[in-house]
Amino acid sequence: MPELLVADLSRWQFALTAMYHFLFVPLTLGLSMLLVVMEGAYVMTGKEVWRRTTKFWGNLFGINFVLGVATGITMEFQFGMNWSYYSHYVGDIFGAPLAIEGLMAFFLEATLVGLMFFGWDKLSRPAHWLVTFLVALGSNLSALWILIANGWMQNPVGSEFNPDTMRMEVTNFMEVLFNPVAQAKFVHTVSAGYVTASVFVLGISAWYVLKNRHLGLAKRSMAVAASFGLLSALSVVVLGDESGYALTDNQKMKLAALEAMWETEPAPAGLTLIGIPNQAEHKTEYAIHVPYVLGLIATRSLDGEVEGILPLVAVAEDRIENGIRAYKAVETLNDDPNNIEAREIFEQTKQDLGYAMLLKRYVDDPATADRATIEKAAMDTVPNVAMAFFSFRFMAGIGFLFIAVFAVAFYFVSLKRNVPRWFLYLALYSIPLPWIAAELGWLLAETGRQPWVIDGVLPTFMGVSSLSATQVIMTMVGFTLLYGTLAVIEISLMIRAVKLGPGARILPKGIGGGTQDTSDQAVPARPRTIQFDK
Amino acid sequence: MELPLDYATLKVLWWGLVGVLLIGYALTDGYDLGVASLLPFVAKTDKERRLVINSIGPMWEGHQVWLITGGGALFAAWPYVYAISFSGFYLAMFVVLAALILRPVGFKYRSKRESTTWRTSWDWALFVGGFVPALIFGVALGNVLQGVPFDIDRTLRATYSGGLIGLLNPFALLCGLASVAMLVVHGASWLVVKIEHGHVLNRAAKFGQIAALLVIVFYAAAGVWLAMAGMGYRIVTDMDPNGVANPLRKDVVVEAGAWLTNYGKYPWMILAPALGFIGSALAFVGLKNKTSLSLIGSGLAATGIVASVGASMFPFILPSSINPDASLTVWDSSSSHLTLFIMLIVTVIFVPIILAYTAWVFKVLWGRLTTEEATAPGTY
Repeated sequence: MPELLVADLSRWQFALTAMYHFLFVPLTLGLSMLLVVMEGAYVMTGKEVWRRTTKFWGNLFGINFVLGVATGITMEFQFGMNWSYYSHYVGDIFGAPLAIEGLMAFFLEATLVGLMFFGWDKLSRPAHWLVTFLVALGSNLSALWILIANGWMQNPVGSEFNPDTMRMEVTNFMEVLFNPVAQAKFVHTVSAGYVTASVFVLGISAWYVLKNRHLGLAKRSMAVAASFGLLSALSVVVLGDESGYALTDNQKMKLAALEAMWETEPAPAGLTLIGIPNQAEHKTEYAIHVPYVLGLIATRSLDGEVEGILPLVAVAEDRIENGIRAYKAVETLNDDPNNIEAREIFEQTKQDLGYAMLLKRYVDDPATADRATIEKAAMDTVPNVAMAFFSFRFMAGIGFLFIAVFAVAFYFVSLKRNVPRWFLYLALYSIPLPWIAAELGWLLAETGRQPWVIDGVLPTFMGVSSLSATQVIMTMVGFTLLYGTLAVIEISLMIRAVKLGPGARILPKGIGGGTQDTSDQAVPARPRTIQFDK
Repeated sequence: MELPLDYATLKVLWWGLVGVLLIGYALTDGYDLGVASLLPFVAKTDKERRLVINSIGPMWEGHQVWLITGGGALFAAWPYVYAISFSGFYLAMFVVLAALILRPVGFKYRSKRESTTWRTSWDWALFVGGFVPALIFGVALGNVLQGVPFDIDRTLRATYSGGLIGLLNPFALLCGLASVAMLVVHGASWLVVKIEHGHVLNRAAKFGQIAALLVIVFYAAAGVWLAMAGMGYRIVTDMDPNGVANPLRKDVVVEAGAWLTNYGKYPWMILAPALGFIGSALAFVGLKNKTSLSLIGSGLAATGIVASVGASMFPFILPSSINPDASLTVWDSSSSHLTLFIMLIVTVIFVPIILAYTAWVFKVLWGRLTTEEATAPGTY
């Protein structure tokens, strides 16, 4: 029986390091693609300004990229370090996409990224462009494999429990590969990365326009970011995560939780626009209800039912009872692998084995659990409803906002209109929003999956290593100090690089003087709008 | 589903492939770790340090992926080994991680400011990022050779009863020093072939020669210690190599000298330790004459030394010192038959592709690096 405190601490550590890692990932995914577009323009037109533009954004890409790489190693190591039983229990399936990620994607991206920075004078223009493209391809393929791994945690297809090895083993690798949840997550996540980079490029370019600096670079960058961003923002929302819902009981639970829908409603169900979920009393207070909408979105039909939280808890109770039979059969098979009767019971009940392990939070031997304990364990299958409810609403709200922002930006750049100053400020101050949306998305995806680490297969607390709380606290303090310091350094270097602008070398000692760019020292009177077709 | 290769064959192939990944890491990122460990000692001025840093700057990132992929392959092919070693060596792994996190940042951020304090701090960060992993990897192998205090219960949950301090026993520290010396030779050899002739190269050659002698001494000492202390484990039950991967279905005894019996059974395995010595000697000669023989020698030495650890222990991967029966071996610690097969196919397809573009990058960056190039705008 694992220690609950260690499990909780390990969850916190994983959440913190993963969310920190994901501060760098979306920008890498998107900016690498934007670099391909910008350098493509350079290769096609041969105009020096495109080369300068590519190198400028490439420099920011590099500052961001290293921390993505550095913090990514933590993610891979942490499964083994803090989630040892998890690693044993699902390594047969979960390890494969991680290893393939290394072989197919990360090698490509990491081997060529050096040439991307240092190969400008060593390679022909098309060859360098190819290198940039392969780096972008590598980072995006990397996301694919990681999301195949994560998608399997949300919807564990193509595998079953083997009582001889006491772990999940792969039965159909193609199912793992073409897991619909993984595919939906991949499209959603990389599009979100493209939006992030587009907002980043748009916002910084807007700042240059506001400061009347580097207008050639800024305008071109805005044009690229506006078109790329509009397409990506539409794709995030339209192709979003929803195709993965309603596949399993637990995905259904996540959907019900993010809508704070306690009971099943007659189809088509209404959508609670906003309200305050009350988990203790199973109701949503101050709810503003819009009829029909949820049923239409979630089932794409008028008569499809969206199941509520409490009916799903009742399903979980049945599955726990069935799971206890599977658990007993596994115990018997453990002592006597040739027991035919136990093997038969196991075959009938194996899909619910994980549910019996929910009881391990309360009793050592699930077979001894009484009715009240089973009910309590079933209620544990409800994730934190308020967290899911609010993170979903803020994330989706930001997503819709970006469609509007990029539509307006696209309107200005494509029609060569004046970009009004209010919009430039809006673009500048929007910079943090995609990061907030991305982190909220992960909070929803991972807390909404609780209490499972592998949906319906392994409860999170069962996956933890046999560590002491002291050990985990030590590493948490270590990570916090290290990551905190690096965050401060990274952001200050980013801001500095943006302030110095393209083509600038580093400053001599004593900050503030000696940039090659003098335009920021003598800012001309600010025009009320900026003519875009200069 | 009927697979074209039987389970036992796949298990042995994966033992070899994990070895290939580890050796790949030692050969590539190994010299980056060695160069970083040498950085404060062979390069004194900022220009000299940039020469050293930029000699590995464009490629270290790709090299590190050998480690990342090695970790992934361990997870996929030997889940028990990944689970038990990473959680067992918990704090040591954290120290390695912290050091490895400092490294990319050190490369990228060092030249972004001119302040001497800023740059010197990153130089030491880079040193830590090279020296600490080199030491801990060796210490870890030293502990694996002795056996590690873990046990497994009937649900195959592992518990580990050692701490960070227990890892730092004398034999393991000797292995750690051998590892540092080996990678320093490799790093010095890289500098000898990669950077312009001058003070830095001369210092690197000097440090490298000392390190090459130390490798020979430490490696021989570890071998003698291993034989004298009678380390080793032996499986005493008949194991079906095609059997299921459950490490609790065999009996194992601690047996003095068992780590040397493979060399009697399979005499070709002697090649590995022999390469360790011959390679170090060649590296010494190469470093003395400042020729590319140094890098060939250090590469052979690294290959031989890493391979000799695997060869001595086969079929053991991670022996348990407190419950030898629970030791992890090639026969009972792997993934399922299907996973091993799928991963083999993926590896066979992608490793040649990786080697091809890595070779291309080496070719593009071929030639000695000059101080002028290393301190040009846009470099590290």
